[in-house]
Amino acid sequence: MQYIRQVEERIASEYPSGEMRCPMHLSIGQECVPAVLNLFLDDKDFAVSTHRSHAHYLAKGGDLNAMIAELYGKQSGCSKGRGGSMHLIDDDVGFKGSTAIVGNTLPIGVGLALSKKIKKDKGIVVVYLGDGATEQGVFYESINFSVLKSLPVLFVCENNLYSVYSDLSVRQPKHRKIHEMVNAMGMHTKSGNGYDVSQTYDVLKGATEYVKEGNGAAFVELSTYRWREHCGPGFDNDIGYRTEQEFDSWYEKDPLTQLATELLTQGALSKTEFEDLKTDLDSKIDFAFKSAKESEFASYDDAPNVVYKL
Amino acid sequence: MKSMTFSQAINDALHSAMKQDDSVICYGLGVNDPKSIFGTTTGLEKAFSSERVFDMPTAENGMLGVGIGAAIGGLKPVMIHQRLDFFLLAMDQLVNSAAKWHFMFGGQQSVPITIRLIIGRGWGQGPTHSQSLQAMFAQIPGLKVVMPTNPDDAKGMLLESIFDPNPVLFLEHRWLHHQIGDVNSSDTHRVSISKSKIINAGNDITIIALSYQVVESMKAIKFLESNLDISCSLIDMVTVNPIDWETIVTDVQSTGRVLCVDTGMEICSVMSEVVAHISINCFDSLKSKPRRITQPFQPEGTSFSLTKDLYSGAFEIASEILMALEIDFDLSELKVTTPHDVPGAWFSGPF
Repeated sequence: MQYIRQVEERIASEYPSGEMRCPMHLSIGQECVPAVLNLFLDDKDFAVSTHRSHAHYLAKGGDLNAMIAELYGKQSGCSKGRGGSMHLIDDDVGFKGSTAIVGNTLPIGVGLALSKKIKKDKGIVVVYLGDGATEQGVFYESINFSVLKSLPVLFVCENNLYSVYSDLSVRQPKHRKIHEMVNAMGMHTKSGNGYDVSQTYDVLKGATEYVKEGNGAAFVELSTYRWREHCGPGFDNDIGYRTEQEFDSWYEKDPLTQLATELLTQGALSKTEFEDLKTDLDSKIDFAFKSAKESEFASYDDAPNVVYKL
Repeated sequence: MKSMTFSQAINDALHSAMKQDDSVICYGLGVNDPKSIFGTTTGLEKAFSSERVFDMPTAENGMLGVGIGAAIGGLKPVMIHQRLDFFLLAMDQLVNSAAKWHFMFGGQQSVPITIRLIIGRGWGQGPTHSQSLQAMFAQIPGLKVVMPTNPDDAKGMLLESIFDPNPVLFLEHRWLHHQIGDVNSSDTHRVSISKSKIINAGNDITIIALSYQVVESMKAIKFLESNLDISCSLIDMVTVNPIDWETIVTDVQSTGRVLCVDTGMEICSVMSEVVAHISINCFDSLKSKPRRITQPFQPEGTSFSLTKDLYSGAFEIASEILMALEIDFDLSELKVTTPHDVPGAWFSGPF
């Protein structure tokens, strides 16, 4: 969590200099779910994600240097500068790709799970999505097929209440719960507060075990909140789509701060250890930014293997 | 070699691919139903298990995404739609995922999926059951789009498509399904999906045709050859994405005249691009203006009466050739005598 937070904060502070020339959807405030989920995954497990994918990529173990270089449009980027922030990949750790269209990777994750089932490969597939994706037709198609074929796929819905600036109340009926709807489609579901670390732990541990034990697909819905603007490095409580009060109510419950305080109080983590951890992370982040800035810009140097695979 | 129909050749190719490679899977709405996609998927489930050959939910976009994920995961899916029109629901997955995956992740992964789409005309298929929309797919880099014409090519090109590492759209004209021809029986039979084919060499004019219009062009060419000793070159374009410019340009430069025959509509058709390319690159070799035959730019009505003047065939093709060569001759023998909405009098629907 701390790692993701520090990386994202650094991106936010460097972004205004104009060297990262692509849309940027930061995960600050949404670190808890992917950070906890990764405790139950290994490299045989796959993950696919969305336009807001930095936290998912980093939690899965994605290479930091390759991600930062990608944001800078460099050849050493994880997608050779062709994808930018919204198209991250690290095949070595099973992070199979994030894409920019809401709902786009849902069926792709399901297809990866189908290939695992047919090839009898180990591991499960995590499909990250937001609340907005549950409004897409392809969401129901993906849930339906996963139940039909009893596939090893875990849908992780991070409900942050907003699709860009449109809040849930203008998009979905008031009393309908996403996880209940999915449950009614025949899928095993769990839900919880994604700002409560131990609850998030229990929900994700249970759901991951369920899928790993071969019971078929599962769906979890965890509430969360994005702190920064939909796209970009700043805060946007002043533009009028959400209230300062609402923001504060989430900000005050920051799971990272809560966890750190708890560990420090309990003595499980000393103040020095925590400071050392932050310094250590900072030096890794320093290196990633320095090498990204110094790297060569992307070029189509592998032609003619660019558009088509030879 | 073995004599069989185009649809039998497709079936033969699928059996052959699944026998050769365990990672090939085949799915689509109706794949295992009693009609088995016009007989093209007959016997597959029995031979290769219901895990590898399966019917699917009516969810074109989602199920294409599933195929893309399966392809990235190491399988070689063949997905089938009984009408191209149904597949329009899958444009997000096709354009944003299948076509882009290799490119946008820096060439680390590719999507070896083959999607069979059936196009056609006639028998009241109407505005949304018959569209030849190959031009839309021709505009998307990263996709390969192939339109085979004869049974031997159907088999060889389907096998080539399945084992190609890129996403391939394989467009079959329903009026070709009944064509009979000799087909190479070997499992290793392959026909290139990146080369256009010169199927008749000639000197007076180059005809570039697509799919079923290759058959109609051949009828016109034979008639003009025996009656007027006109020598036409006929190119079966085969691939509309990417386009094999070398074959096209070389032939047009040698004849100096060109007629392009499309199954699609006029505006921004594949043949619009061919005419543009020829005009730009072969201008000095042209003895007359490029000519083009397409469907008119309007949706297709369902009624028998509404399609009467919509389709073009050997008569219209021969007429254009004679205009290009400034020859006057009675072509009424080429006029369709069977109803215009069926491939032959023997055809009695439903599709």
